[in-house]
Amino acid sequence: MNTNKEILKEKEYTILNLGPTHPATHGIFQNVMKMDGELIVEAEPTIGYIHRAFEKLAERRPYNQITPITDRLNYCSSPINNMGWHMTVEKLAGIEIPKRVQYLRVIIMELARIADHIICNSVIGVDSGAMTGFLYVFQWREFIYEIYEELCGARLTTNIGRIGGLERDFTPLAWEKIHKLLKEFPEGLKEFENLLVRNRIFMDRTINCGPITAERALQYGFTGPNLRAAGVDYDVRVMNPYSGYEDFTFDIPLGTNGDTYDRFMVREQEMWQSLSIISQAVEKLEKMEDKTTFHADVPNFFLPEKEDVYNTMEGLIYHFKIVMGETEMPKGEVYHAVEGGNGELGFYLVSDGGRTPYRLHFRRPCFIYYQAYPEMVKGAFLSDAILTMSSMNVIAGELDA
Amino acid sequence: MSSLTQEYITEQLQSKFGESIQSMEMLHDFLTITVEKNSLKPLMKFLHDDETLNFHFLTTLCGLHFPDEAAQFGMMYQLHNMPANCRIRIKSFTNDSEPVFETMSDIWPAANWQERETHDFYGYRFHGHPDMRRILNMDSLVGWPMRKEFPLEDPFRGDKDDKMFGR
Repeated sequence: MNTNKEILKEKEYTILNLGPTHPATHGIFQNVMKMDGELIVEAEPTIGYIHRAFEKLAERRPYNQITPITDRLNYCSSPINNMGWHMTVEKLAGIEIPKRVQYLRVIIMELARIADHIICNSVIGVDSGAMTGFLYVFQWREFIYEIYEELCGARLTTNIGRIGGLERDFTPLAWEKIHKLLKEFPEGLKEFENLLVRNRIFMDRTINCGPITAERALQYGFTGPNLRAAGVDYDVRVMNPYSGYEDFTFDIPLGTNGDTYDRFMVREQEMWQSLSIISQAVEKLEKMEDKTTFHADVPNFFLPEKEDVYNTMEGLIYHFKIVMGETEMPKGEVYHAVEGGNGELGFYLVSDGGRTPYRLHFRRPCFIYYQAYPEMVKGAFLSDAILTMSSMNVIAGELDA
Repeated sequence: MSSLTQEYITEQLQSKFGESIQSMEMLHDFLTITVEKNSLKPLMKFLHDDETLNFHFLTTLCGLHFPDEAAQFGMMYQLHNMPANCRIRIKSFTNDSEPVFETMSDIWPAANWQERETHDFYGYRFHGHPDMRRILNMDSLVGWPMRKEFPLEDPFRGDKDDKMFGR
């Protein structure tokens, strides 16, 4: 009889703290990872490091003062957040936006989408070891920021547009820059693609890295490029068109695997579509007889010209009422969603007729899909986990609200 | 717009959950249904599992607090049937001082963090949730920040009150 006990060799795991301030995570995320050598056994994300209580703040601010809060959600594409918020309030108040303003907004939103995607895609390059592309397209992001600056005076946290329209019309210089972008950016983007798209090293690093199936992605509430990379053709711009998107012709690029390479490619193709949308919008605007409208005729919401404030009674009254938050708001609740840089950005607004929203809930796409991260990196290498995170386009500001 | 009509949905829900449905109304473009808390989970499961209704996507969920109402604590869920492009909003209210809702995270994994967020801000508990902890706030925080009685800033500050403006 064998009386010897079987020798059990305990498996030892390493606990690794990735973050909160790790240079490779591009933001304040903490992941406590249980590692078996270089393989990830378990990952547990901790979030909330830059939580700023946006939903609570919004309950104490008049509607127009909430726009700067939305800037700070996904700060890589603030204009989309701003527009989404304006459209939510306009939906509640029943404001019709003139076509010209809608198209101007489309231009701004698509510029923001390009700025968002070039950062995300070039950062995927950086995390797989290719710095050049990042530095190269960064000048195009700078250029888009120059356009923002021309349109609203700010670059990152734009606070662009107003409830009822835009703060001012596009200046000639802005048009000039938009035309320059349309003419020269395709060449730059093409060069960037040449560096990565068929690059052996890049493909080896990203194909089958952090994949997710379409079914799982839907269960986890994925939206935006991440969902489309998994093969589901859901795009808010097409499903529930807003701001005149129904007038444009564009494709929705799709992936099949839902891995890092597909997410990269979907974003890459979306940028081409965005460019096409911008040029279509420019064309439509050129054909339009109306060349000056930049806001709807809603004196209750849209600040009058300074000249009118000083010289007319109505102007003064409207100005006072808007600034003091005295505009009547209808009671009710609305939900409005826009296709943000990384998914369906929704605003659920409950109004009790007061000066401020009674309740405002942001549907923040990356907060919802980031919870799939532990599942996506399970069994992968640590270096793949970094790449997966950057390809998911998780933005700390939006994640933590 | 969608092959799934509002009439069909309301009919189906009326026949299945007739008594526990408190209201059905169109709010802007959203069919909004308020349901008793006890029937919330079965109703959500039915909306998800039924082949025609097929509300397979949980868009968002959040807590609501109406301190002046009889049933002051509420939940709001938004579901989406993508093939038919049909959206629906479900609400449920309770007046328990320590509200407990059934978790939806077994139907939609997307509900996991969102329910943690709701717990974090409203203090609700979700029965059956795998990991009921605070998510965005620090663990040592006392109170539930999104409840209306929780002060945002100096409560004696008067310049932001509605009463200054005749409302």
